[in-house]
Amino acid sequence: MSMSDGPKPLHTAKSEQIDEDREAVGTPPGSSSAARRKGKLFGAWSDRWAALPRQKQWLFLIVVVALAYLLPVINPPFISTEPGNDFPLACQLMAIYALVAVGLNIVIGYAGLLDLGYIAFFAVGSYTAAMLTSPDSAFIKIPYLWTIPVAMAVTMFVGVLLGLPTLRLRGDYLAIVTLGFGEIVRILATIIPAMKGQVGFQNVGHPPGVGADGIPIFANSNGTPWYWLTLTILIVILFLVGNLERSRVGRSWIAIREDEDAAETMGVPTFKYKVWAFAMGAGIGGLAGALMGGQVGFVNNQKFDVVTSILFVAAVVLGGAGNKVGAIIGGALVAYIPLRFTAVAEYKFLIFGLALCLIMIYRSHGLLAARQQLLAYGQKAYAAVKKSNDAKNAQPATNLGEELSK
Amino acid sequence: MSESAELTGPRTRIPSEGVAETAASERDIGVKVGDNLVEVKNLTVKFGGLLAMDDVSFNIKRGEILGLIGPNGAGKTTCFNAMTGVYKPTSGQVLLEGKLLNGMKQHKITRAGLARTFQNIRLFGEMTALENVVVGLDARHKTSVVGALLRLPRHIREEKSAIERGMALLEFVGIADQAATLSRHLPYGSQRRLEIARALATDPKVLCLDEPAAGFNPAEKEELMQLIRIIRDDGYTVLLIEHDMKLVMGVTDRIVVLEFGKKIADNIPSVIREDPKVVSAYLGEPEDDFA
Ligand SMILES: Nc1ncnc2c1ncn2[C@@H]1O[C@H](COP(=O)(O)OP(=O)(O)OP(=O)(O)O)[C@@H](O)[C@H]1O
Ligand SMILES: [Mg+2]
Repeated sequence: MSMSDGPKPLHTAKSEQIDEDREAVGTPPGSSSAARRKGKLFGAWSDRWAALPRQKQWLFLIVVVALAYLLPVINPPFISTEPGNDFPLACQLMAIYALVAVGLNIVIGYAGLLDLGYIAFFAVGSYTAAMLTSPDSAFIKIPYLWTIPVAMAVTMFVGVLLGLPTLRLRGDYLAIVTLGFGEIVRILATIIPAMKGQVGFQNVGHPPGVGADGIPIFANSNGTPWYWLTLTILIVILFLVGNLERSRVGRSWIAIREDEDAAETMGVPTFKYKVWAFAMGAGIGGLAGALMGGQVGFVNNQKFDVVTSILFVAAVVLGGAGNKVGAIIGGALVAYIPLRFTAVAEYKFLIFGLALCLIMIYRSHGLLAARQQLLAYGQKAYAAVKKSNDAKNAQPATNLGEELSK
Repeated sequence: MSESAELTGPRTRIPSEGVAETAASERDIGVKVGDNLVEVKNLTVKFGGLLAMDDVSFNIKRGEILGLIGPNGAGKTTCFNAMTGVYKPTSGQVLLEGKLLNGMKQHKITRAGLARTFQNIRLFGEMTALENVVVGLDARHKTSVVGALLRLPRHIREEKSAIERGMALLEFVGIADQAATLSRHLPYGSQRRLEIARALATDPKVLCLDEPAAGFNPAEKEELMQLIRIIRDDGYTVLLIEHDMKLVMGVTDRIVVLEFGKKIADNIPSVIREDPKVVSAYLGEPEDDFA
């Protein structure tokens, strides 16, 4: 740093940032990204959650899950959407939206790819279920439950198909291109005769089973069984997404979100993992679409508009992009509010617009801040570090390596 | 030296087995110590009309610390970028162990054994220090998406070893106590060290450091150079960009000097120090502040 070093005496970190800004396409850590995401309230919660012993965490989760299953049965007075809307059906819609948000969260929250056309995958899932079960369709028929994996496979394929040419784009360019996806599917449904445009498909299939009164258990108006099915699938998906998160797949996604160029330089095949994010997100979107098609029992080209697609994005951003739990809350809220407050349902876009503006101003990271566990066995290591740091205060030398190999 | 380093500033402790062993147990390098590991041949990079690198050739021998110096804008970072595939060279070749790197994807170049740090720190801010290092380790992992989804045995094995190796690397660069801290919350010096740990994690044959001591005070710089020496002694080959001439002279085995994109010298430090061209280009004319 002294004058004798050369012609550049003030080679400080700051001058360096300016020097090299042309090289920095991503956001350097510690600058703008550091300014956002500082959830004190929820941050304290997640700290407290992490501090709880394992058994208590499980106990808490079991209670939450049990309450979630019982929700349409309890039909709690203030929370209920009745008399305006059937509450079990509202629960089903909330679960569907939560599922959608968890899927879209992989794309937007983890990999940082702004996909404004996620409705396309939802639509493909719905159409797959409808065309393979509805009597209006000329295709072969299969039992409804089989359409769920088929819908996932088809949408994943479509996700890869749309991802391969577009994922070379970045940021805003990608967002604009994805905006077209939903429209493509809608227009195809209109012009391809086999997809029956506005006429659509009636009597989409449902899971088997007939109740004591002769009415199918999974009748269109019977929300509770559908909700239980969707909730169960949501829980399974959460486990699987959690597995991905705590693996090199999740780490690659987050690395791409944080700094795509640096990720590539560190050996992450960024393009491959972006396509995987698209495919995984698409699969979950298709799954949600198939469930929606089955429950509503009718699929046509009118339901898959850009506005709904933006609503999906709003759900993820509202809940907190990059946070599974946040995505679930965001999805459920976006579905719930218009159903609960029917008087204001007409203004739902105004309300969500305002809510988003407020969130962006006061909690730019959404309700829950992004925080993901990216290491399957990280807790143990962090605990060892903490222990050694605590011990260091008393006695300077502790060997972490030994601590770990125990 | 090592004793005084122990007393001041961040600690550099060598794990008992050494980094090479913990970070990369199966190192297999195709050339002998002292032979050319990297060959840069007639490398030229143009940005529009600007010749950022003009027909530069040099070699990196296995096991040495090669210094790359030159005034501001000489093309040092551009050289790194062209070698690691960030920029496509206008012409010329880069070979690693005799294998041509031109046209390879960046992540493949990293896996081939060329790792780098960034002059402007580019960590994954929302990840902890340990997670950052594990991203580097992932370059050598083979778990597939399905393997991770279903937690197959290889995934479990790799995750477990990643924690151990990652912690060993953090320990090696002296920031193990901050393993659980988000990297954007780390102090500046720790961020620089984490960059080195993350690059080492990819198990490189050549480690390219772009001004790793920028913004450090003299004591911190000296300690970092000590670390780089240890890295070399552990069997890594190092390419080092550094502005501080005194430090470069002290730590490198050989120095390549660039000026306006051209190579003007390539020799051992004691000769470089006396080279009139280098003196006038780099050391001389302190008033001429073209930076
Ligand atoms: N992406 C780019 N586009 C256009 N010009 C560039 C680009 N990158 C670098 N340059 C130019 O190439 C020349 C060499 O820059 P480079 O960053 O390699 O210098 P350097 O030797 O690393 O300098 P420093 O000591 O400041 O880091 C400079 O004139 C710079 O402005
Ligand atoms: Mg530079």
